Parts: sequence; C-alpha cells; structure tokens
Amino acid sequence: MEKRVTFKGWLLPLLLITPQVVVTAVFFFWPAGQAIYQSAFIPDPFGLKSQFVGWGNFQFIFTDPYYLASFKTTAIFSLSVTIVSMGVALWLALMADRIIKGAATYRTLLIWPYAVAPAIAGVLWLFMFNPRIGVVSWYLDKIGYDWNHVLNSNEAMLLVVLASAWSRISYNFLFFLAGLQSIPKSLVEAAAMDGAGFWYRFRTIVFPLLSPTTFFLLVVNIVYAFFETFGVIHTITAGGPQQATNIMVYKVYSDGFVGQDLGSSAAQSVVLLFVVGLLTILQFRYIEKKVHY
Amino acid sequence: MSGMVERNGAGTIISHVGLIFGIAIVCFPIYLAIVASTVEQKDIVSPPLPLLPGGHFIENYKKALLSGVNIPVWRMLVNSTIMAMGIAIGKIVISLLSAFAIVYFRFPLRTFFFWMIFLTLMLPVEVRIVPTFEVIANFGMLNSYTGLILPLIASATATFLFRQFFMTVPDEIAEAARVDGAKPMRFFFDILLPMSRTNIAALFVILFIYGWNQYLWPLLITTDPEMNTIVMGIKQMFPSGDDLADWPVIMATALLAMLPPVLVVVFMQNLFIKGLVDAEK
Repeated sequence: MEKRVTFKGWLLPLLLITPQVVVTAVFFFWPAGQAIYQSAFIPDPFGLKSQFVGWGNFQFIFTDPYYLASFKTTAIFSLSVTIVSMGVALWLALMADRIIKGAATYRTLLIWPYAVAPAIAGVLWLFMFNPRIGVVSWYLDKIGYDWNHVLNSNEAMLLVVLASAWSRISYNFLFFLAGLQSIPKSLVEAAAMDGAGFWYRFRTIVFPLLSPTTFFLLVVNIVYAFFETFGVIHTITAGGPQQATNIMVYKVYSDGFVGQDLGSSAAQSVVLLFVVGLLTILQFRYIEKKVHY
Repeated sequence: MSGMVERNGAGTIISHVGLIFGIAIVCFPIYLAIVASTVEQKDIVSPPLPLLPGGHFIENYKKALLSGVNIPVWRMLVNSTIMAMGIAIGKIVISLLSAFAIVYFRFPLRTFFFWMIFLTLMLPVEVRIVPTFEVIANFGMLNSYTGLILPLIASATATFLFRQFFMTVPDEIAEAARVDGAKPMRFFFDILLPMSRTNIAALFVILFIYGWNQYLWPLLITTDPEMNTIVMGIKQMFPSGDDLADWPVIMATALLAMLPPVLVVVFMQNLFIKGLVDAEK
C-alpha cells in the first residue's frame, strides 16, 4: 500500500524520521548487537578485559542444569498463565455477551484491573497468601492446609501463575467480548431455533468463529507471560524457592545484575531474542491472515 | 439486536450470577488492599484480617504520602507522572513525525528505515537489559528522567498505528493542499494533526498506562530513592530479612500506585478500548 500523492524533497523527511531512527539505533540495535557480541566473551572478574570464547557461553548455558530447568519452568509458567487467564476471561465474556441490561456496568467492573501493574498485582497476591499474615493462607490453615510458598516450590509456582493470570484477565475479556459481539446473532439464533443447546452452539458455531481472536490472544499472552511478568516474579518469589519460579527473563536479570555473570547473561539474552523473533513471525502470520479475510 | 437467545430467562440469570461471582473474584485482591490500608499494623499481624475497612484511612495515607518508608510516596508519584507523561508524549511525537515521513515522502533509505523500525516491534526492554543499562550508564543518565524515558520511547507500534491512519486519509486532501501551495509541514500541522486527534488521544491513554506501570527499567537505573517510581518503589518498601513489613503503609502505597491508571481506564473507557484494539492491529 503506497500513497499516490506525496510531497517533494528528501531532506525534510530524513529530518522527520531521524529522532525515531536514532533512538531505535541507540537503544535497540546497539544493545542487541552488544548482547550478541558479549555472548561470545567471558569478562574477567575485574571487568578489565574479556576473553573470547566463541560458542562457549552457549555451550555452557545449554549444558547448565539450572538454565535447562529455567526453560521448563518458563514453559510451564507461560502455558499455565495463558490457559488460566484466557479460560476465565472467555467464561466471563460468554456470560457478558448474553446480557443486555447492565452490560456496560459489568464491562467497567471487569476492565479496570488492566490498569494494575504486574508488580502491584504481585504485592496484592503476596499479601493474601503471606504465610504469616495472609488472609487466604489463614483460612487454608483453618481447613487443615499448611500454605507456605516461601518453602514449597509448587505453591510458589501456583501463586505467581495466579497473580500473573489475574492481571491479564481484563485484557483477554475485552478482546473475547469484542470477538463474541462480532459474531452474527442470526447464526446463533438459527441454531437455537433448530434446538441446539448452549454448549452445542458454542462448540460448533461460536468457538470456530472466535478462533482468530483466540489465536491472537494466545500469542499475545505468551509474550506477556515471557516478559511482562517480571514484576510479579520479582515481588513474590524472586525466582525461588530453589529456582522453582526462575523464568528465563528473570534469570537474565539475576545472572546479569545480581550474579554479575555477564557472558552467560548475554547468551541468555540472545536466546530470548531468538524466541521473540519466532513469536513475532507467528504474530505476523496472524496479521497477514486477518488481512486476507 | 436482542433475539431469543439472549432473552432466555434462566440463561440470563445464570449469566448475571456468574458475572457477579467473577467480578467478586477479580476485585477481591483489591478490596483486601483497601481494607489493609485502613487498619493498624496490629490488626494485620494477628490474622485474620477484618473483612471491613477500619478507621485509620487518613493516618495511613498521610504517613505513606508524607514520609513513606525510604522516600515519601508523593515524590515517587511525581517521578512516575513525569516518566509516564514523558514516555507517552515522546512516543507519540517521534512516531507522528516518522509516520508522516514514511507515508508522505519518497526518500533514500525509506524502505530500510521502515524495516529497521518494524524489527523493533516486539523487542521488549527485558531481553536487552544489560547492554541497554550499559548504554545509559555510559551516557551518564543513571538516576535521571532522561534515562528513565528515552530508551522506552522508541516503539514500532505507535509508528504503525499512525502510518495505518495516514493511509486512510483521502489523497484528495493532500492533493488539494499541494495545489494550494501548502508546504508539507503546514499540511501536517493544519490538516493531518487535527484529523488524528482521536487516534492520538486513544494512544495516549494506552501509553500513559504502559509508562506508569514500567517496573524493570526504573528498578535498574534508579539507584537513588529520590528517583524511584511508585510501581518499582513498593518492592523497596519491604524490609530485607525477617522484619515485618509495614503493611498498612505498603497497601496504601499500592492503592495510590494504581489510582492514576485506573482513573484513566474508567473515565476514558472508550478511548482506552479504541487504543487497546488499535495498538494490537
């Protein structure tokens, strides 16, 4: 797609595009290049000189049990966050779509948590499940369950998944609701008149027509779980206990800034760049498809 | 629009009940925070927390705003406001300019620049934290507003949004401006910008929330508590070690931290939804 009518001159447009190009070059391409460059070196402990190790850092991380465990942790975490958040959001959207009176009120009440930062969500959930003073852990204790996510790996994972999924429900709800409302009512009504029940209609008509929205949300939620949940992890578990919630993004941070292992951290950044690339292609595919419809 | 599917009585009641239940679950964590921010520390350390708000609202919020834990919360609110506004306005300005250049001109390296911007579409700061940190440190921008804002204002999303919008502006309008002898920048300011008003506002809402909720970046580059933003500053309010956190003040801070973006979402709901949907196109 190109404009037929354009203005003459090339100096002005170059000036106009310069701010964005400079910021992009300095803060995107230069650091990304640095990450790739640094991934081939191991700096000495004093930071005076670096030793070239080629693929060494990659060989190291891909044989490092902690890194491989982090891969698995990230996969479990992202999938759980995506499924829980999308599942709850779809359920809410399906009900909101059936309602005429008060629909706007429900929508308002469900979308405002979008504005709560993941890190704040982390603090809220930490407060509820705090082993010493948390309300939920207190009631769990009353029914005989001893909750302690500070020590128990599975509980820690469950808590960061819940907090991360919670802060994404609004977003998913909005997109599912928009998707549902764009499905022609006549189709659903015709099926209803033929005697198809709610679940049958959902399975055969609604869900297939919703699939572009679902696919889009799937990719966006995985990206969210990969990167934007840093705040949740940092506030609730800091990757613990025993690295049980140390997702890849958190590990780049903790190895690079806390552990000062710059070579390994850079190699991990490059792996993440690769993952982002793959997800971008996936999303681009989706955009392409949507254009064809 | 209302057909027999929605009017079905039992289904509607089930939907209402389900939605109210869902809303209760979604809002529960925030309700608890409200309660915790209105009681005393002693109510919190002897669980369970009362389920109704207490009478220490003014006391806790005053303590948070004026003294905080490391730094008064009002200071962090100022920092967050500057950062969020800077990111939102900065992104919009550089994106408007570059989209204008890409759509309305033919110039050397145009395609190259286009792809260069496009490639950053999904490159979150999280994947390149260490090197980006080094760049900012080399520029001497640690603990500065410039350092907080600048690395976050480049984004392909806003550029693409404006590009898409400019493409829908009828050619006749630009043609007429050209025939009238209007200079490109005249056309940009007098015609294109006023036409983009709604898009700019919608994008502003989304970018303000995005900027306000930044966590990792301020965490890295603001080592001076004076420069902490409120979203990242909350974590700093927890004591290290086994000391008990000052929960009423922390919860008051958490609520203060979510208030500006929540107000934006609630009161500019239509712009917010438009911005959200546009930004993901």
